Amino acid sequence: MPGNPIGVTQRGRAFLILDIKKSLDLHRIFLKGENMYAYIIRRLLMVIPVLLGVSIVIFFTLRVIPGDVAQTILGTSATEESLAALRGRFGLDLPVYEQYFMWISGIVIGDFGVSMRTGAEILPEIISRFAITFELTMLAAIISWIVAIPLGIIAGIRRNTKTDFSVRIISLFGVSIPNFALATILILILSLAFNYSPPVGYVGFFADPVTNLKILFLPAFVLGTAMAGAVMRMTRSSILEILRQDFIRTVRAKGVKERIVIFNHAFKNALIPILTIIGMQVGVLLGGTVIIEQIFSLPGLGQMVLTGINQRDFTVVQGAILFIAFVFMLINLLVDLLYSYLDPRIKYK
Amino acid sequence: MTEFIQKLREDKVGLIGLIGVLIVIVLALLAPLIAPYAPDEMHTEQVMHSPSSEFLFGTDEFGRDIFSRIVYGAQVSLQVGLIAVGIGATFGLIFGLLAGFYQGKLDSIIMRIMDIFFAFPDILLALTIIAVLGPSLTNTMVAIGIVFTPVFTRLIRSAVLTVKENEYILNAKAVGVSNIKIILKHITPNVMAPFIVQITLALSGAILTEAALSFLGLGVQPPNPSWGVMLNESRAYMEFAPWMTIFPVAAIIITIFCFNLLGDSLRDLLDPKLRQ
Repeated sequence: MPGNPIGVTQRGRAFLILDIKKSLDLHRIFLKGENMYAYIIRRLLMVIPVLLGVSIVIFFTLRVIPGDVAQTILGTSATEESLAALRGRFGLDLPVYEQYFMWISGIVIGDFGVSMRTGAEILPEIISRFAITFELTMLAAIISWIVAIPLGIIAGIRRNTKTDFSVRIISLFGVSIPNFALATILILILSLAFNYSPPVGYVGFFADPVTNLKILFLPAFVLGTAMAGAVMRMTRSSILEILRQDFIRTVRAKGVKERIVIFNHAFKNALIPILTIIGMQVGVLLGGTVIIEQIFSLPGLGQMVLTGINQRDFTVVQGAILFIAFVFMLINLLVDLLYSYLDPRIKYK
Repeated sequence: MTEFIQKLREDKVGLIGLIGVLIVIVLALLAPLIAPYAPDEMHTEQVMHSPSSEFLFGTDEFGRDIFSRIVYGAQVSLQVGLIAVGIGATFGLIFGLLAGFYQGKLDSIIMRIMDIFFAFPDILLALTIIAVLGPSLTNTMVAIGIVFTPVFTRLIRSAVLTVKENEYILNAKAVGVSNIKIILKHITPNVMAPFIVQITLALSGAILTEAALSFLGLGVQPPNPSWGVMLNESRAYMEFAPWMTIFPVAAIIITIFCFNLLGDSLRDLLDPKLRQ
């Protein structure tokens, strides 16, 4: 599949001949998979050079910006002393490579530095904002799964019927509607019909779960739509592919109930490509939060990046983007590892 | 080729996509003939005028004709789409061919760099590049082009790895054909099918990303008639003048939908596995 970051998928699909029920037996995986831990450690270690690469790209890219960063922040009316003080405080008067080593050695010990604008510590800010972004992403993912997987299965089972056609059109629309356009149009419809306006302010889940969910439902719904479209399409095509295979015919010939054929045999086998698309879509969701948080005024990590860019607060931008890239890579790793739960025939080399 | 056109004719969904894409292209090319007004022409007497025979899609807060701006907006979208995808596809093709054909260290270096770019969600990478280059039409195209390069590189590399194992390539090598000639004459034409499909799908992605960046105020800058800019500007007035929101949204959705329909059909037609 073009652009598929998970090379194991195609190989995994080739193995999908037998009933996968046994492969969901976790004991068997860990007993058999003595290489599993080595694989996890190796994959985690592989994250380090890529993250270093990411940090170099972000840091040096932001340093290429024309003009004096101190001047940009303090404005044209700033005195030479205040400019020198700011440069000194953030090490901007040092050679760029020294600035990088200072920054990255701080990151290693969990010190992301302070904001050039506000002087606030960056890491606590990232963590508190990430909680919002994470909740939004997860809620969006859950909404999309609840809608997409059952509809995808139904479309696959009832191929070439009106139901199938409707699901395909809905899913293609889901993929084609940009989230910012859907958000704007939904806010428009709701405001005209119910006098709705996006809530101002944010309440944490643990402070007031009901208000929190009220605030997050619409943004999560909007964000989940595109993912739902993609997951629906993948579920449908995977189910179609599996239903054509010999083992399904055998199971049916044995007189097993259709419901069991679909859920215990076909769906479980179809899960690997569905999981792949879900893993890929979580990255899209994370990116999508930048826009959705902006539209719905949610103080998440995406909004932090955007505000940082608009205010040219580079320490915030580089810290937040590095953190997002780290989370993004961890999710991809997690998806890769989840394959083993679904199909232990996938070898870890 | 004839067989391909015949199949595309039979595929009604793909045909709808193709017609939609052609309409957008015609709108963009003939914008000065189709649009009744210039995109920045202000009718100060008729600010936020609802749709009428004079202003088909109404006017915006400066009294500019929304229909004309949508038509000219097609130019912006297509321009960004074509140039950004052109940048991504060209570099992706070069890197992918080199990595796949030569493998070894060169492959490792190219693919590790691509891994780094893959570690960013698309929009964030584009935002970072825009933060450096500054928001403008040209920089938006460059940023999207850079974001798309790794996708094309991976696609071409994997296609090259398959193609280069064919006997005719081994034969060409055996009779002493130069590597450059093998790459250009024997490998490149054989990786074109997935490349073309990816270009169609990337076009919709580029148009979408441009609209998103412009919507955030970091892409094409006003008063350029980008659909994303129009949508962003409409937000403050959407309750009083909903047509300012509805038509740019419709333009974005229909265009991306048609490109996706066409891309899907091309994939089905060109993928030998699905063809069976």
